[in-house]
Amino acid sequence: MIGSPDVVALTKEDDFGEVYPDPSVLPEDFSVPLFAHAANANPWTKTSYAKFSKDFILISEFSEQVGPQPLLTIPEDPKVCGTFDLNYFSLRIMSVDYQASFVGHPPGSSYPKLNFVEDSKVVLGDSKEGAFAYVHHLTLYDLEARGFVRPFCMAYISADERKIMQQFQELSSKFSRASECLKSGNRKAFANELQKKLKDLEYTRSVVHKETELQKMNNGCYSTQAIEKANELANVEKSIYEHKDLLRQITSYPNRKRQDVECLQPESEAPAKATGSDVAFPFNHSDAEHNPADGDVSDPRPSYTPQLIKAKSAKCFDKRLKTLEELCELASFHQTMDQLKSIEKSFRGDLCYIYTSQIDQILLGKQKITNFLFESDWGNGEPAKHFEVAGLIPHLDLPQAPDGSGEPTSLETCTSFGDSVHIKLELESVDGPAESSPSDLTQETSEDAADIETKGSFSSDKSIETLGAVSPSNLHSHLDVMGRRGTSDECSGTENGIFFDRSTVSSANAPYEKSSAQPGAFSLLDNDSTVDVYHTETLVKVDTACCMGQEGFIFEEPEPVHQRCGETVVKQEPLSLLYGDLALQVDFAGGEAAHEHSPSAVLSFPNTLSEDVARMNVEESSDTTSYMSISTSSDRAPSPLGHGNPVTVKQKKKAGQSALKFIRQYPFAQQAIFCLLSGRTLVVLGVDEGTVRKLVNALSIFVPNLGRYAEQVQPWLCCPFQLTDLQRWKLIGLQRIASPTGSSMLYSLSRYSRYIGILDADNKTLRCPTYKGTLIGHIADHRTQIKRGSTYYHHVQNMLTQLTAKAFLYTFCHHLHLPLGLEDEDAVVQRRTTFLYHLGFSEEESKIVHYLSGLIKQRYVQGPCQRGIQPVFAFNYTTSCLYKI
Amino acid sequence: MLRWILGGREAQGAVEKSPTLFIGEEQPKNPFTELQVLKGHFDIVRFLVQIDDSRFASAGDDGLVLVWNVETGERLMELRGHSQQITAMVAWSLINADTSHTSIITASSDRSLSLWDPDTGNRVQTISDLQSSVKCLLVLEHLDLWLSGGNELCVWNQDFKLLCKREVHSDAAITAMVQLPKMHVAAAVDKEIVIYKLAVSSKLEVSVQPFRQLTDHHDSIRVLINVNDGLFASGSHVGELIIWDAVNWTIQAYEHILWEEPHCDGQAEIRFVSQKQSDMSIHHLASNGEVVILAAVGSGLYVYNIHSRNVVAYRKMAHDSNVLHTMLLSDGQLMSCSEDGSVRMWEMEPLPLPAEPASPGFFGLWSFGRSSKQTCPPVKKVPEVPILKSLELTGDLIGHSGAIQMFLSFGEKGLVTCSTDHLVILWKDGERQSRLRSLAVFQKLEENQGLC
Repeated sequence: MIGSPDVVALTKEDDFGEVYPDPSVLPEDFSVPLFAHAANANPWTKTSYAKFSKDFILISEFSEQVGPQPLLTIPEDPKVCGTFDLNYFSLRIMSVDYQASFVGHPPGSSYPKLNFVEDSKVVLGDSKEGAFAYVHHLTLYDLEARGFVRPFCMAYISADERKIMQQFQELSSKFSRASECLKSGNRKAFANELQKKLKDLEYTRSVVHKETELQKMNNGCYSTQAIEKANELANVEKSIYEHKDLLRQITSYPNRKRQDVECLQPESEAPAKATGSDVAFPFNHSDAEHNPADGDVSDPRPSYTPQLIKAKSAKCFDKRLKTLEELCELASFHQTMDQLKSIEKSFRGDLCYIYTSQIDQILLGKQKITNFLFESDWGNGEPAKHFEVAGLIPHLDLPQAPDGSGEPTSLETCTSFGDSVHIKLELESVDGPAESSPSDLTQETSEDAADIETKGSFSSDKSIETLGAVSPSNLHSHLDVMGRRGTSDECSGTENGIFFDRSTVSSANAPYEKSSAQPGAFSLLDNDSTVDVYHTETLVKVDTACCMGQEGFIFEEPEPVHQRCGETVVKQEPLSLLYGDLALQVDFAGGEAAHEHSPSAVLSFPNTLSEDVARMNVEESSDTTSYMSISTSSDRAPSPLGHGNPVTVKQKKKAGQSALKFIRQYPFAQQAIFCLLSGRTLVVLGVDEGTVRKLVNALSIFVPNLGRYAEQVQPWLCCPFQLTDLQRWKLIGLQRIASPTGSSMLYSLSRYSRYIGILDADNKTLRCPTYKGTLIGHIADHRTQIKRGSTYYHHVQNMLTQLTAKAFLYTFCHHLHLPLGLEDEDAVVQRRTTFLYHLGFSEEESKIVHYLSGLIKQRYVQGPCQRGIQPVFAFNYTTSCLYKI
Repeated sequence: MLRWILGGREAQGAVEKSPTLFIGEEQPKNPFTELQVLKGHFDIVRFLVQIDDSRFASAGDDGLVLVWNVETGERLMELRGHSQQITAMVAWSLINADTSHTSIITASSDRSLSLWDPDTGNRVQTISDLQSSVKCLLVLEHLDLWLSGGNELCVWNQDFKLLCKREVHSDAAITAMVQLPKMHVAAAVDKEIVIYKLAVSSKLEVSVQPFRQLTDHHDSIRVLINVNDGLFASGSHVGELIIWDAVNWTIQAYEHILWEEPHCDGQAEIRFVSQKQSDMSIHHLASNGEVVILAAVGSGLYVYNIHSRNVVAYRKMAHDSNVLHTMLLSDGQLMSCSEDGSVRMWEMEPLPLPAEPASPGFFGLWSFGRSSKQTCPPVKKVPEVPILKSLELTGDLIGHSGAIQMFLSFGEKGLVTCSTDHLVILWKDGERQSRLRSLAVFQKLEENQGLC
């Protein structure tokens, strides 16, 4: 909700759609001068003084021919960078590469040695340009390059310094992954290149050998030509040795590193190939009769014909350097680009938005069991917007093992931190720790003879504010301070009721909390241990007694949510997962230790505060505050449901608009929604395809377990449906045709009428079981004050989440399903009924909980894919009645 | 109910086609609130055979035999081998000292017989190139023999060895067989019942001889069942129900269900005209092993009591179309399935007012489809039928889009139906399933040591 503009009073479309559309109101002279960058029209954006409109990723290289140069930006749209000088900025970011990447002939070794250097991660700022960047340096191998390495860097450039600083971990882990992908592709390409080169060399050697023999025969053994040729041969052979050694090095790249690389192709392929061709090469160099043709035969890839290598290679500046695509295998390159694009997408929006979506994602991650019901982003393990909780682990682990130099894991953690974490601290007073930074890194940089140019620019330009490197412990303490500060802020913020349903939820929770003091708390599995149902609003300890409907259970009907909208003005930015909310952490007394040790334990919330806030997909940047300006360009029409595309939140929001219309227009909207929520298939019948599709689209947001591709919805069906269709689809748009097929269709409608609800779009009638409850009234109130579709969508999501939470509680309460002691089944049924009654469900509404609970159970037991097992179609026998407008 | 959807003229026709007997959507006594559609067959599914407590096999015109788990709905095995439709299928339990193993014997139009192991899916034995296709199978478990009936009667042993063969001296083939006491077997051949005597010699040679022919039916016999140890029953195409003594093959009772003619028990005084022959054909008989026989006659259901020798309850238009399979459950519960694609559940209830059991109002309530014919006079001989009960519809199962060929009940585990629409549907008690799933959830919770 925080990130969403609908809730934020200041960012309503009406206010900011145009800037002062009517200038006649006030003469120009008297009017208040407009904000300098009014074109941005967004007071929340912090990029207004930067020369670029939004964050972007820049890839630069330090070319040995032309120096630092920008290669590409993500997104590629030149408008993004605006007037921002990429060349200039490339120079800067490439000049702070501190890594000690020594490649060449190390002393004491006659062969060149490859160094597998760690990437370095730097944060730097340029206040003049208003740009701050997370810079990730990496080196790629290139046989033709000086020292076989080409320095590259990927930079995430933003105008918001805090964003970079506070998302450092996240950025670092994501960029590391992208870098690893790039590098592994590069290693493969490098190994291939080496093999080709080796083949060339072998061929050259054989040619030279023949020539030598020829010279010897013609001119005698000690003629100058013969000696020259012999020398040439020796050179070639040395070169072969060197290259073989390089190949060995590159193929024996530590396996440890590979494990965290996510690449399309299995990496083991490369070494296998390499060894294969190694064997193919004859090692017997004295074999004068060696014929290159033989080599070709044994070559697994005969397409390559070896070439003769000239004694002298081309001049350094004559040759064309390989492009980034050529340096890596194409697949890896594209994969990396995709990764970077997703990074760019996932960091869109301001810090506040990112925080909320991170919180949201993490909370969603915790309710894996129920996400499938109504969450659209949460595909089956789809990491589309999955925030790496793992990336936070070092942070949380540090206090325990601040100096774990002995252990390899913590060492790695430290290096990733300490390597070159240069952070421009916003508090000048933290200069002290900066002095204790590992100075060897900076030293190395300044001593690096190769980077004279870099060094010059670095020392001369004061506007690069790399204030110091922070050691892990320092960083942590710093963050800790911020964390504490943030926590208090956050607390006050939350208690003011930032979040829609917080107050509602807490009121619902109150009775549970009250009763939690009683002994004999109930549990999921057995009766003597307490339990933490860490699920949206159910993160409470509940006493058995209360569920059994005995004293101490006072249920408070939640008030309609929209009445609370007035109080919920956002004044505080939500805090990062890392800092805030520690105070909100519920104390799991007697809870599971394992849970507390999990990295996300710190992030425990009593409820999904911003459940629906950040469920905005990357697609709909139009709604995020920072990107008002580009909203029009990205505003493409969502493709209709059920066309094999994943359902995006954007589509769902559009559906929210239609749903809003639907509930205003149809007085029986509640009954229709009840149908869907209780798992009864709803058939929308109509002549006009557009109308039907629109209705289906509107109603789709209420379909539980909609599926990633809206598999549960059939927006337009022109043939009679079968029983299996009812099993498959929960919402069907059906064409009404006056023809024999039409009548058979109607026959199937009447035949299966006990399983379906029928919404007639033409006559505006609905035939379905009666519903008179109040619960759905909260979801679909035709007098609702909500005006915008997306707001309504969030509202619905909010309510549905509450429902889900209750269904979850219902599903996993041990005593609601299993008899205690010698009870009979009737007692359990009785307890179940009482429980649902106390949760505020009438008899009709219980069906919703039953249905959702059934889905949860099935999913929990069987998992997301139910291959082999035919789906179950549950129904009940109730009379339907006809609703008319 | 439908008018609002249908509207217009064509709708009227549809309304008239709609069931004459309509229970409505509120069915509190119907326990089946969950179903699973089992797909796998490509043609009409005709036979269902129970293998054990949790498994059953289905077979049909596609020549496939599929083995299913009734609890999960999982397809366990696919027994492929027959190239043409399957004409008969029986389960054969071989009980050894401590283990019992059930096999399946199938007969097909491709003139072959097969023995299948449903555990492994193997075709254990097979016999092909028979002279004619087998129409029915009968397993004599105590003799470890089985019989196949068609144009000839063959006796086989466990190892699929033909022990003896006997041609049927008739144009027609054996369509049904039942086992009788004292090594006798009754076989229905067109209009007559032939009693065969099996003789096992000291050298374990088996011979089979026709012993007697019972020619009391006037039309071809459709069904032949065992009622209890002393009785068996047969039903013919024209609605004759004959109860036979199983030992001396005398007629114990003869009931001719005919609409036009009055019956001895008085019920048949209700006259209906222009009934086609097929409407009276007895399609299926079911017995509870005691004294009650349930007959499916045309689209009607008759409950016949052997002791009192009368129809104790009936419903002339139980279904919209021919009833194909019936079952007697305990507590006076009945179940029937029909070509109209529905399964209906019935309950025999004593009439609330025995003094006027068949008042016009009463009948009108049942079958208002033919209201013009309902103006028949009420039953006069009420005192002669003191135990007349009514068949009350308690629920129906609608799911198939074609005729339901037969069903198989697994008690509280559910009901399996198979149909012309190539589907097998598993009907279950939703409450029970929900409870079982809860148990599974908590079991998994325990295994996982908590959530996640």
